[in-house]
Amino acid sequence: MSSKETLCQKFKEKAELVSAFVTEIDSEDAALKYVIELCDKKEACQLLASGCEADLSDDAGALCDAKQTKVIAAPGLNKEIYKKLAAKAKKSGFDCIDSGMRDHLAGIDIGFTYAEYGIADTGTLMLDCPGEEMRLATMISEYHVCVLPKSKIRANTYAVEKMMLTRMKKTPDYLAFITGASRTADIERVLALGVHGPLELHILLLEDN
Amino acid sequence: MQKANDLKEYREELRESLDNDFLRTTLDNFAVAYRAGRANAFKGMDVRGLIDDIAASKDEAGRNSEALFQEFKENAEAAGVHVHFAKDGDEANAIITRIAKDAGCRKIVKSKSMTAEETLLNHDLEDAGLEVTETDLGEWIIQLRHEGPSHMVMPAIHLSRFQVGDLFTKVTGSKQDAEIEKLVKVARRELRQKYVEADMGISGANFAVAETGGIGLVTNEGNARLVTTLPRVHVALMGIDKLVPKLHDALRILKALPRNATGQQITSYVTWITGANECLAAEDGKKEIHFVVLDNGRSELLKDPLFSQVNRCVRCGACANVCPVYRLVGGHKMGHIYIGAIGLILTYFFHGKDKAKNLVQNCINCEACKDVCAGGIDLPRLIKEIHARIQDEDGHPLPSFLLAKVLKNRKLFHTLLRAAKWGQKPMAEKDGFIRHLPMIFSKEHSFRALPTIAETPFRDWWKENRPEVKKPKYRVALFSGCVQDFVYPEQMQAAVDVFAANGVAMEFPMDQSCCGLPVQMMGETKASRDVAAQNLRAFEPNAYDYIITLCASCAAHLKHNYPKLVMDKPALKLKADAFAAKVMDYSTFVNDVLKVEKDAFRETGEKATYHAPCHLCRGLDVHDAPRRLIEKGGMAYVECAEEEVCCGFGGTFSMKFPELSAELLNKKLNNVEETGAQTLLTDCPGCIMQLRGGLKARGSKVKVKHVAEILSANRK
Ligand code: SF4
Ligand code: SF4
Repeated sequence: MSSKETLCQKFKEKAELVSAFVTEIDSEDAALKYVIELCDKKEACQLLASGCEADLSDDAGALCDAKQTKVIAAPGLNKEIYKKLAAKAKKSGFDCIDSGMRDHLAGIDIGFTYAEYGIADTGTLMLDCPGEEMRLATMISEYHVCVLPKSKIRANTYAVEKMMLTRMKKTPDYLAFITGASRTADIERVLALGVHGPLELHILLLEDN
Repeated sequence: MQKANDLKEYREELRESLDNDFLRTTLDNFAVAYRAGRANAFKGMDVRGLIDDIAASKDEAGRNSEALFQEFKENAEAAGVHVHFAKDGDEANAIITRIAKDAGCRKIVKSKSMTAEETLLNHDLEDAGLEVTETDLGEWIIQLRHEGPSHMVMPAIHLSRFQVGDLFTKVTGSKQDAEIEKLVKVARRELRQKYVEADMGISGANFAVAETGGIGLVTNEGNARLVTTLPRVHVALMGIDKLVPKLHDALRILKALPRNATGQQITSYVTWITGANECLAAEDGKKEIHFVVLDNGRSELLKDPLFSQVNRCVRCGACANVCPVYRLVGGHKMGHIYIGAIGLILTYFFHGKDKAKNLVQNCINCEACKDVCAGGIDLPRLIKEIHARIQDEDGHPLPSFLLAKVLKNRKLFHTLLRAAKWGQKPMAEKDGFIRHLPMIFSKEHSFRALPTIAETPFRDWWKENRPEVKKPKYRVALFSGCVQDFVYPEQMQAAVDVFAANGVAMEFPMDQSCCGLPVQMMGETKASRDVAAQNLRAFEPNAYDYIITLCASCAAHLKHNYPKLVMDKPALKLKADAFAAKVMDYSTFVNDVLKVEKDAFRETGEKATYHAPCHLCRGLDVHDAPRRLIEKGGMAYVECAEEEVCCGFGGTFSMKFPELSAELLNKKLNNVEETGAQTLLTDCPGCIMQLRGGLKARGSKVKVKHVAEILSANRK
């Protein structure tokens, strides 16, 4: 195996250990297709998974009612890809947005992003998101789908240190390591996913040699 | 939080915890699962090396904290962040309240910050009319219950799903089941609403990186990202201990922190915030960010030659995870705000002597915390030191004062022991136990039988029976410790037998006395120094190849503490170094130096299990030797569950907290009996006293012996 393949394997293995869904894809079109299909498969009442079925207080309940159609948020994509995605979403009856996340704080169905780097030894995605829309898309979405070009996988955090510093020195900066879905073990140490952030993390490993 | 006024009240509180079955079971399960999880997370890594590197880098950061703060401040301000310095908790709270008022904030969402717990920030904010919501699930739960955290990383570990279900029923006004998945979803929705309304977010920081002026936040839930993104104002409160020079230092700590905290390789989110980021809820589109850097006694601590190492703490909570006492009583009784081993120490410095004085006595000195600490802090030593300081300030309790007096005078001590032999006659039974506990012991001590003083102490036997070894391979001095000298001389005799048979010439310096650990444990530093000096004078280290002791606690104390105890006397210090270098425990000497072989012993094939004394496995890092000896000595070794967990003796600890000692012993003996072995072996007379006494009280048939005894018995 080439060293790139080894890193890739390691990344996949580690990400899956923390319950991320990892899929290898060979084109960006495949990524768009993945997103649309995933959105389609999601429950009709989009927020079911995240607690709207529960008996809530009146205020929190009202927030649940605020949402009508399925929404894909994809801020920070390049124009062309975004256009393609938006067209596909429209055909399937979903809203596609790249801004205005604050109007959707009840939750969006899918946040679609690209990672800057992947860190193999922990299966971590590194996303730089100084822009608020991008940050929110990765947090308030129920599913976060993230494309990671294989050429961007590095062995460990020390290998991305220089890159991190370059970004941090160009302030302001808001940089995130994301590893698996949002989780908690605060009640009786039982692991539960999706306490504040995404319930699922889907990583699309893009072949880009 | 710790409320007890005196030791008596504190013991009553402890009893409540002991009676809480849910808490006990949760903490037990957690302790066992944690050990496996941590080992797995660190698999294949050089953990010691990593911890040493973290310690070195944090020590360096501590020495330069003022310069680091300046650099951090400059870089942060250049990036549009306001930086404040608070000398104590009140000042920090006042600064944050003013920020909220000035920015016209009303509702605050908070993500977990131990530092804010330390300053009791929520009280002050609420007094100022602000609404504060904790968003970390565990923190939210305890906030709703008006409690303090019971664990640094899992603040609500003391609560059951049913308690949380009832609580959420109250909060939402509709009935909630006790299903964890569902409860988590309810929290998700309820808290999402809070983020929407909040105009200020408060977080802590795990790292304050001087070279970038930014902070790093380590979370699993993702709430820190929402707290630092949605509201238009963000305040991060952090202690100066969070300052590190370079991003690299932070990344290094990040390798250890989650692994040590929960056995995760990394948390779900690590968020790096540098500069005033975009915020679409703010008028100018920029977030108003404040970093509040708190001193609260930390810079004083940094100046203290011994306590400056506290700065290395990364708040992983591991010291609580492995602490056998925490495991019995939980965080509310094992700390004030900060809990576990580090909690005992920080309570003294941040919350004062009165809050700490009972807590610091509740450490059994098993060293499990020191062994696991991500910063390599010598926690048990610091705890003992605080205990001593408090006694120096408050006056010494009578028993500890008396013991100190007696131990300082070897002749008096030994005369008293000899007299005790006569005093106990009416109560002694033939089997070597005391029939009725003497009056000074209350009922709580009946969980174990106590041994009688031996007919002839080892020192008297030695005078008559000292073997002559011709053409010796090694010359050693024996250090017996008081228990083996006066209670279990047969253990020493067994060692003498095997040594003589293997060409070891021996000396037993008559002026030796108790090693001094008991008085050190009671916070009697002065007496402990005097005793060390006495023993050092009794030995001539250059005349022997090794100084051998069969007591793990003595060995660890002689080796690690003597040089420190006489540090201020240069001539004695030199001797102490030479002395310490020669000290060795029995098993290591026989297995690694004498290299005894299996064929020198009769093979009985009897099943034997082992208890690893704290001061042997952790204190001296000896693991293999005794287990190898058990097999070489002709027994069939069966491993016991939690073999390296404390038996609850802890010297004077078992006198002060008999209920806790009994519980620790109980667990140990259950594990022992489960192995089905008829013999239990160990390497420390203190442990033997505890284990034997406990088994006797249970009416068990299992025999307890020192490893030396079976080697002597089975020698061909
Ligand atoms: S030495 Fe043992 S009992 Fe004391 S705090 Fe550390 S782990 Fe707990
Ligand atoms: S003292 Fe050590 S083990 Fe305890 S929380 Fe701090 S770093 Fe972790």
